[in-house]
Amino acid sequence: MDTIKQTPGEKAFEAVNLTLVLLITIILLYPLLFVILASVSDPRRIYDTFLLVWPQGFNLESYKAIFENGDIWIGYRNTILYTTVGTAINVFMTILGAYPLSRRRFYGKNVFTFLFTFTMFFSGGLIPTYLVNQSLGILNSIWVLVLPGAISVFNLIIMRTYFQTQIPVELEESAFVDGCSDWRLLFKIVLPLSMPIIAVMILFYGVGHWNSYFDSLIYMTDRDKFPLQLFLREILIKNSMQDMLGVAVDEQYSQRMMAREGIKYSIVVASSLPLLILYPLLSKFFEKGILVGAIKG
Amino acid sequence: MEIQTARKPSAEGFSRRLAEIGKQLKRNIGLYLIIAPAFFYFVIWHFWPLYGIQIAFKDYMPALGITGSPWVGLEHFTRFFRTFFFWDILRNTLGISVYGLIVGIPAPIILALMFNEIRRKRLRSVVQTISYAPHFISVVVAVGILFFFISPTTGVINGIITRFGGSPIDFMANPSHFWHLFVWSGLWQSIGWSSLIYTAAMAGIPPDQYEAAYIDGASRFRRIWHVTLPGIMPTIMILSIMSIGGVMNVGFEKVLLMQTDMNLAKSEVISTYMYKSGIVEAQYSFSAAVGLFNNVVNFILLILFNAIAKRAGQTSLW
Repeated sequence: MDTIKQTPGEKAFEAVNLTLVLLITIILLYPLLFVILASVSDPRRIYDTFLLVWPQGFNLESYKAIFENGDIWIGYRNTILYTTVGTAINVFMTILGAYPLSRRRFYGKNVFTFLFTFTMFFSGGLIPTYLVNQSLGILNSIWVLVLPGAISVFNLIIMRTYFQTQIPVELEESAFVDGCSDWRLLFKIVLPLSMPIIAVMILFYGVGHWNSYFDSLIYMTDRDKFPLQLFLREILIKNSMQDMLGVAVDEQYSQRMMAREGIKYSIVVASSLPLLILYPLLSKFFEKGILVGAIKG
Repeated sequence: MEIQTARKPSAEGFSRRLAEIGKQLKRNIGLYLIIAPAFFYFVIWHFWPLYGIQIAFKDYMPALGITGSPWVGLEHFTRFFRTFFFWDILRNTLGISVYGLIVGIPAPIILALMFNEIRRKRLRSVVQTISYAPHFISVVVAVGILFFFISPTTGVINGIITRFGGSPIDFMANPSHFWHLFVWSGLWQSIGWSSLIYTAAMAGIPPDQYEAAYIDGASRFRRIWHVTLPGIMPTIMILSIMSIGGVMNVGFEKVLLMQTDMNLAKSEVISTYMYKSGIVEAQYSFSAAVGLFNNVVNFILLILFNAIAKRAGQTSLW
């Protein structure tokens, strides 16, 4: 394509396209950038400028304030626990579900595939699921956060497609000749060959656990079991609501308001920190996951 | 699908077939053991709740259990249809969803087309990577950031409005802004990630099609229109059917976060109503009925649009 000679019209097209793309990219990126800049700025001076493009009066006070906040530590601890345990269960269960479905010799493959994918399109709904968890006696425990969503059908299909296309049948056959069982075959031969897709699964599920709030909102009643996102909801959403309802404004009040605004920015950064750091490093894996999934819609 | 043979199954053939199945099962017993945990997972958390749907037609009392509670027929459904804001809720649910689809389906396609026209590979990959960063922000944080931006006193958007001589708008106080805020902030989070799938599909278009079009004198736009778009059409269809099938689900976790007493008239959707009546007010049966209504409408829409896509000779889900 690059060898094709460009007409002036084409050049203009490229210039316009590139400008638009850069503009869109800046608009998409700016909200994140703004929060990072605001979090290290002096809260009183954030709004002095028209658009924040550089920290105003570098200041880490608000970070100090959030790390003195006990809730945040509880939230962090719980979220790390739920994410680790949850992701481990997710990946293990998804492998177990996906591998047999990828084998042609698996009799009943279509029945299982149908049963699993059906759940994507029709579910019992919120209350019937709640009642199931209640009868299992797992409310207000880590299990209600990690078991009911143990397998995402979407990820299961991605994984199955990977096994189907990347693990040759000949490999299996030679293993069987050597007297290998299905279980050993899966863990000793297939999985070591599937590390790229397992990395993708860890990322997809891990991000999901880290970011989820709704399940904990319904199922968790003890404050010391709340994940980070629930505390964030209290600070970012509930407080915002109060601010917007507009209460009396005196000098001291607005000072406190400003300090609290600063805390909000730094808490957003602190809670998204693991992803913000990992994101540029992991983006290749995410894209790979999408590519594998795209092979078979 | 296998083609059925017209031959009458003889008793002997049948038993031989059974023996063959038995042999297959036995030889692959390991695979069945491997899939067993996943299978039980689906039975417990996806099929057992289906059994619980019956409480939508019952007066569920925890002491009596699901089976023991008395039947009441369609009482909960008629109550739901007769609540005076039923039509508001239905309008909001469909309105927000359809608005979201109108914006959310074409936008990532257009963005992917624009990315695809960038020749410098490195630049293309950098802008694409940036574009999907918002996808990894939690919904709580996303709504938090939205609130930062629209705050009447400190928000960037109002800063821009006042800078150009306008007066600040209190976006959250006026319900009429709710749909726009919801849909466009959703697009901010999803556009880059969704465009990634189309980019992958575009990468699969054979380059000789472009060369042929170029030799025939097709302009840049014509090449996009006659080569790129048809090339990604199956992907567009599959993704559209999937999102149309989810039309009743809205982005309920986000709606709940953005909801205030002030914007309720425009922000109450079926799923938030179900959440409040079920989890907050513990009216299990009523809430289950609301949820079932939602699911059934959703399922019908999915089947309908899949059938339409099939008729039109395009790709379909099944």
